[in-house]
Amino acid sequence: MTTTIKSLVSLNHQKRNRERVLVRALTFIFAFVSVGTTAGIIYELLKETVLFFQEVSIIEFFTDTRWTPLFASKRFGVLPLVNGTLLVAAGAMLVAVPLGLLAAIFLSEYASERLRKILKPILEILAGIPTVVYGYFALLFITPILQDLFPQTQIFNAASASIAMGFMILPLMASVSEDALSAVPRSLREAAYAMGATKFETATQVVLPAALSGVAAAFILAVSRAIGETMIVAIAAGQQPKLTLNPLESIETMTAYIVQVSLGDTPHQSIAYKTIFAVGMLLFVMTLVMNIVSYFITKRFRERYE
Amino acid sequence: MSTTTLIRDVNFERDLSIRKIKGKIFEILAFFAVLLGIAMLLTLLIDVFFDGLPWLSTRLFTEFPSRFPEKAGLRSALQGSIWLMVLTAAMAVPIGIGAGVYLEEFAPQNRITRFIEINVANLAGVPSIIYGLLGLGLFVRQLGLGRTLIAGAMTMALLVLPIIIVTTREAIRAVPRSIRQAALALGATDWEVSRDHVLIYSAPAIMTGVILAMSRAIGETAPLITIGALTYIAFDPKGPFDIFTVLPIQIFNWVSLPQSSFHGLAAAGIIILLLVLLSMNALAIWLRNRLIIRW
Repeated sequence: MTTTIKSLVSLNHQKRNRERVLVRALTFIFAFVSVGTTAGIIYELLKETVLFFQEVSIIEFFTDTRWTPLFASKRFGVLPLVNGTLLVAAGAMLVAVPLGLLAAIFLSEYASERLRKILKPILEILAGIPTVVYGYFALLFITPILQDLFPQTQIFNAASASIAMGFMILPLMASVSEDALSAVPRSLREAAYAMGATKFETATQVVLPAALSGVAAAFILAVSRAIGETMIVAIAAGQQPKLTLNPLESIETMTAYIVQVSLGDTPHQSIAYKTIFAVGMLLFVMTLVMNIVSYFITKRFRERYE
Repeated sequence: MSTTTLIRDVNFERDLSIRKIKGKIFEILAFFAVLLGIAMLLTLLIDVFFDGLPWLSTRLFTEFPSRFPEKAGLRSALQGSIWLMVLTAAMAVPIGIGAGVYLEEFAPQNRITRFIEINVANLAGVPSIIYGLLGLGLFVRQLGLGRTLIAGAMTMALLVLPIIIVTTREAIRAVPRSIRQAALALGATDWEVSRDHVLIYSAPAIMTGVILAMSRAIGETAPLITIGALTYIAFDPKGPFDIFTVLPIQIFNWVSLPQSSFHGLAAAGIIILLLVLLSMNALAIWLRNRLIIRW
């Protein structure tokens, strides 16, 4: 008998250790998939974007005021798409910022714990509704109302998409701001009350300024979400890239353009195929910058209360 | 002087009552903002419900899409959605949970770990349509998978991965250190601690996160349109390498048509989609209330 208890134990140890090392390696690879995803996104976008800029000058892309890559006379000025994107996003923020901020102040400063626990989940349902549903609502419910109010409203218009999108990002704005407001310590509020401030004055002149960095981060996150939102604008905002500030007109956003091209049968090597990657690259960079700025604000400028 | 003089400042008192009224108005306004959000939600649900109700029938489940609204159904879209969910979950769940376990339990405190963490946080903020472009370039073209279910599922898996990783980490973090220390003291390896204790205790919370990630995936439309999920599919998908359509794409397709009867069909499709989402969320809430252990 050469197998002693000791050797069995050590054999078992080896086996368990091998399994441990194997699992560690495997889960590391799983975690690294996220890095691979980022690399993949940048590689795929960059590859086609470089090909695109071999055919179109980068100056034309950023300065030309017409975007007609699908027509016979092709023009590649991305400004109309950027204009459309920013117009819709600005409109959405007009809805989401005041409502979201007011809702955040109400939930954190005024509502009782019980009321907060009821209202917050209901509000968050708004964020869980698929965007295609908001698109339906914008086109078939909001637009007819806008047409009643302003007869010159076109069937596809930026305003209806903005309103629907504003309500979609309201919960994001509200919950991130509320977290920031709730993080302001009680002692600050009590100090304000002791100085004779009313609840309203405490909330708006003490708590809100103290939580401003968190609110700013929420704002930037919401803008970034609005810029990247696709289905609402693809359904309700139209397919006419143009430089306009009139929200009642039909426009086209960067995301809606990508959808428009994707729906057609676009050959792999064609210039139209490359344009969606160039537009996608611009969109990716815009949202990336905003996400980084928001991350930076929360990290660096957060007031720390001991 | 022995008597106290009561000083009344009339101006201050008038000011104070104005300040209090201002505060009250603000409170009402703030409450109104919350109500407006809820009212919008209700309006949306009621509008969709009444638009879609006349078109809701069992035909939606048995018929393929059609040019004729009275014959059109969601059969291929529903099957595509189910296929896509199963394939997406099969890829995203093990990878997401594994990555979460690694970052929370095994990862050393170093630059690579920090880098991965920043990456995950950043990916959660990338617009979904960008994932679609990744899927189109990488899976559809480079890997040559074409516009198939598997290419769509891989794209979707990458999209929901950050959600699963983040919720897994939160679930694992809620398990107290003492559990780990007890197991380690008995000689378990860190993997055995995770497998036999941490993951078991956090399983309901992880499941909740997975369900929420899947409910995000089921309503997601843009990345699948980008990789070219077709809108007209008149056959049952048989396997991962078939072309496909899904519920939200079929809804999008119907909304885009000018005839109002197709809009009714779209609303009926939305009702089904919302019912699926509602039951998934109810399941998640049930899991959270019943099975999650609070320490």
